[in-house]
Amino acid sequence: MSQQTRTPADAIPQPLLDVRGIDTFYGAIQALRGVSLHVSRGEIVTLIGANGAGKTTLLGSIFGNPRASVGSVSFDGEDITTLATHRIAPRGIALVPEGRHIFPAMTVEENLVMGTIPVGEAHLDEDRAQMFELFPRLQERRNQRAGTLSGGEQQMLAIARALMSRPQLILLDEPSLGLAPLVVRRIFEVLREIASLGKTIFLVEQNANHALKLADRAYVLVNGEIRLQGSGRELLADPEVRKAYLGGH
Amino acid sequence: MDWHILAQQLVNGLTLGSIYGLIAIGYTMVYGIIGMINFAHGDVYMVSAYLTAIAIAVLTGFGIDSAPFAIVITLALTMFITGVYGWSIERVAYRPLRGSTRLAPLISAIGISLVLQNYVQLSQGAKPQGVPTLVSGTVRLGTETNFVQMTYIQILIVVVSFAAMAALTWIIRSTSLGRQCRATQQDRKMAAILGIDTDRIISTVFVIGAAMAAIAGVLVTLNYGSFDFFIGFVTGIKAFTAAVLGGIGSLPGAMLGGILLGLFESLFSGFVNTDYKDVFSFALLVLVLIFRPSGLLGRPEVEKV
Ligand SMILES: Nc1ncnc2c1ncn2[C@@H]1O[C@H](COP(=O)(O)OP(=O)(O)OP(=O)(O)O)[C@@H](O)[C@H]1O
Ligand SMILES: [Mg+2]
Repeated sequence: MSQQTRTPADAIPQPLLDVRGIDTFYGAIQALRGVSLHVSRGEIVTLIGANGAGKTTLLGSIFGNPRASVGSVSFDGEDITTLATHRIAPRGIALVPEGRHIFPAMTVEENLVMGTIPVGEAHLDEDRAQMFELFPRLQERRNQRAGTLSGGEQQMLAIARALMSRPQLILLDEPSLGLAPLVVRRIFEVLREIASLGKTIFLVEQNANHALKLADRAYVLVNGEIRLQGSGRELLADPEVRKAYLGGH
Repeated sequence: MDWHILAQQLVNGLTLGSIYGLIAIGYTMVYGIIGMINFAHGDVYMVSAYLTAIAIAVLTGFGIDSAPFAIVITLALTMFITGVYGWSIERVAYRPLRGSTRLAPLISAIGISLVLQNYVQLSQGAKPQGVPTLVSGTVRLGTETNFVQMTYIQILIVVVSFAAMAALTWIIRSTSLGRQCRATQQDRKMAAILGIDTDRIISTVFVIGAAMAAIAGVLVTLNYGSFDFFIGFVTGIKAFTAAVLGGIGSLPGAMLGGILLGLFESLFSGFVNTDYKDVFSFALLVLVLIFRPSGLLGRPEVEKV
């Protein structure tokens, strides 16, 4: 590799995603307090935090729903803070939301097609074939109503749908929630594969053990504020993190 | 009971039911996408009857006397202008009130309904209006005394209605626009995150509903020839009954509910009593709401978790 491409992430002048000092409210309730974080191209970054810390709100604020009232969100150098929600995906960001939010009355195939809205259907066949390779289960069930899939299959579908928009950055909100250990392991394997395809990943998790092992860097969110940050390895070793998120050993 | 009377009532019921089905589509699609009843929809249908009369008058003024040509142009113009009404109703009565109480947009829609009735009454006069007969003639089956007949207009109504319903079903099932409508209906927030302009989709649904009602308005006006500013009320409630019967929110349900209601109503008028046919329909609405509120093809309302 040439010397230029080995520049350390911190020295890259412009991160792919740059969140600066955002406050987000639900009515009078403040869910985020001056949150700043960044994700550089090619990185896997994770955000861990307890229930109600504001993780889902943070991902929502990247999509303008709920919208941050203070601070800014930039993507690839463009300020997207005030962009309408439906204009975010075409910029190259995809979300795998908490609770999957697949379209239950549509077939698996139709759900995949819904992912292509930002890029059109020109690459549909090629990308769908790639998704079926990544998730053979989805191919078997391609004409089945998505609402009848198992939880793990729905999670796979939500990830595949997000990838269908050919995003640069993929945001995932607790993809391992409520899944059996074997399925969780498969999900994290898939995330590694996605990263190897050149995608940038921002992963929100309560499953700190898996997430920190996967991540290049990590943030800890407590009560709407960033409490800690560092490499995945550093946080895995941090006594405070171990106590709060890794079962106290 | 004579077979030909039964068959005649079924023919009449199918015609009437096609009209109810077309109007019911607007109720059911709007409900499907925003979870609210468009109380101004019956008056949109009423406006389309007036637009039909205006279009026919203008075409006659230009000396166009080919009936098929006049009907096609009238349909296109009326669907377009009525679609603009549908779009405006969403903009004025629904969009500004999104996120407020559920009752607010219903009240504003009733307001629009009153505005439309009074505006038409003032601008067009309170007296019933009429259009000249464009198509006449009937097809008869049977003997000299025992026969079933269907007028050319009735045939036109059934053919055009079924074609419109088939086209709309195809759009919703198989096109990108249709998928975006269904996605917005199933999960509006997720649809927006995937890049769908959900406001545009909601507007489109109001326009589709109004355009379908306009087809009904043109066909009914060609059939009966006369109408007034108040026709939207009773027909609106009938079509709403059809939508509830079929399962509100369900597109095939609206069509099925329309046809069934038309058949029930004409069988009731043919064999029981003509004067009480409206009472019969409204009683049916009440019974469906009590015993099967999700209708024939609708899914029971399940709270999202
Ligand atoms: N729609 C809402 N209205 C009001 N308050 C909300 C809403 N959504 C979230 N909150 C509040 O905002 C705070 C952050 O919620 P958020 O869902 O972002 O947490 P989270 O970190 O994703 O939690 P979890 O791990 O349980 O998913 C919580 O206190 C929550 O009660
Ligand atoms: Mg959450």
